[in-house]
Amino acid sequence: MSNFAHRLKIQNDINTDYIISGRFKFKIQDEKELAKYIFADLEDDFHKKIKLGDFLVAGENFGCGSSREQAPVALKASGLQAVIAKSFARIFYRNAFNVGLCLLECETNYIDDMDEIEVDFENNIIKNISKGVNIDFKPIPEIMKNFLDKGGVIEYIKEFGGFKEDVT
Amino acid sequence: MRQTIAEKILSEHSSSRAKAGDIVIAKVDFCFGQDGTSGMIIDSFRKMKDASIFSKEAFCMVIDHSSPSPNIGVSAIHDKIRAFAREHKVKVFDVGCGVCHQLVPESGYVVCGDLVLGADSHTCTYGAINVLSTGVGSTDLAIAASSGKSWFKVPETIKIVVEGSLPKGVYSKDVILNIIGDVGARGATYKSVEFHGSVIDALSVEERFTISNMAVEMGAKSGLMVADKKTMDWVRRHSNKVPKPVLPDADAKYSQIRNYDVSDLSPQVACPHTVDNVCDIEKVLGTRIDEVNIGTCTNGRLEDLEVTAKILKGKTVADGVKLIITPASVKIYLAALKAGYIEIFVRAGAAVNNPGCGPCVGTHQGVLADGENAFSTANRNFLGRMGNPNASIYLGSPAAAAATALEGKITDPREHKRRL
Repeated sequence: MSNFAHRLKIQNDINTDYIISGRFKFKIQDEKELAKYIFADLEDDFHKKIKLGDFLVAGENFGCGSSREQAPVALKASGLQAVIAKSFARIFYRNAFNVGLCLLECETNYIDDMDEIEVDFENNIIKNISKGVNIDFKPIPEIMKNFLDKGGVIEYIKEFGGFKEDVT
Repeated sequence: MRQTIAEKILSEHSSSRAKAGDIVIAKVDFCFGQDGTSGMIIDSFRKMKDASIFSKEAFCMVIDHSSPSPNIGVSAIHDKIRAFAREHKVKVFDVGCGVCHQLVPESGYVVCGDLVLGADSHTCTYGAINVLSTGVGSTDLAIAASSGKSWFKVPETIKIVVEGSLPKGVYSKDVILNIIGDVGARGATYKSVEFHGSVIDALSVEERFTISNMAVEMGAKSGLMVADKKTMDWVRRHSNKVPKPVLPDADAKYSQIRNYDVSDLSPQVACPHTVDNVCDIEKVLGTRIDEVNIGTCTNGRLEDLEVTAKILKGKTVADGVKLIITPASVKIYLAALKAGYIEIFVRAGAAVNNPGCGPCVGTHQGVLADGENAFSTANRNFLGRMGNPNASIYLGSPAAAAATALEGKITDPREHKRRL
């Protein structure tokens, strides 16, 4: 099955209020329901474009602003395989890996809306099939990889009874 | 040697020599959630089998974002928070107590040298009292609350030096807006910021909170200041915990050093729809304003209400302008009552809210209509932030907000110089 890139009209500084507005985050407890409102203040029905395993592609500082974990939860529930951006804001970065949403950091100028994308996690390469271009992404730190492998930090903590890297 | 404040605090809490770029597991002195994040903290907590709260004195929840509850969904979350607190015998600051970022330091939970996590992005506020505090999500917070630990990427540090002397009518809010306009919304992403210089030294602790509060608006993990006599006095007045002030090494390694002179600074305004879209107030004078919001974790403290009262005293807000004032905590509310500020506000035509986040988060107490412009003392002006994506938000100091409320258009607070 092919997976595709989706780009918003704005590229940089996409904040968590935009990902999921405060109007919905308090009201909706169900993840799949919440996913219907991603980027609702920016574009109508953005969630309908996403098929399971697709990618969201953005510019700098994706996920800045509020610490709301509903942001990565809603993105994950929308069916996205990963968010690909030039850079990510700090709290969002943590939250995403904690809930098992993969983030890939790389140059995104060579990915257009609806390009077909494949990810080679072993070699840290994003393959843009439509353009025939390979893009290196920054290796994911070991601790975050461990979270992703287990499906999120909670599962990781349950398995190891704490942080296995702990030396305190 | 060669360590910044952030590196020192993370070293101390991780039994390692932490340097920028390392990932460490560190002990957390205090952590908390608010009503927008605590529901998910509880969910994450319950997913970890047999989890218990690591230390009952080191965790609390604050009902401040939508408080009192505006709808049934939020009421259910508040109820869930209270039930969890009863079950685990932990503290809840319930409806009307105030904003978490005022209550946490004011209640003495955090002191110099502490490492603190909050499930709210403005947790960086306590950097003003030499606390390495930073915002995380609900799952991170649940793990910290149950294990007393979290993982940290040791940040690089940008040193910001603010020199000169602040002109009348120009405040710490203007200083930080000016810096954010310069550094940009992502200029300090994943970095720590240290604020130094004679202007910072001259500010009260309350004014310093305003600056550290907004460090996250340039992407920073924390906005740290050194502890001076004012800090130590403030901390000792509010806490029984022993403060352990941390200084950076004289030869600490900074990724950047930025110098500012604010002697000629005008009042600053962040224009729609990003916090780094900052200009001198002269450029936007006369812009129509429909709602003025004074309060929040940025500017809801007694000094903010005092300057507001000085400008509003004996006057009334312009026709058609909604002025909404929200003290940041009960303590501040009571002090403002005693000082006569609240009566001045009410007589001026303001709606005074119970302590809490007020209209800042866009869920209640002042949601904007289509096409409306707000002037707010808050820290964010993102599209839709105050509940309506078809409205615009300008950010500035309490003095600028009060002056603006009287005219119904953006007004220079220096017009009221004699009162300030």
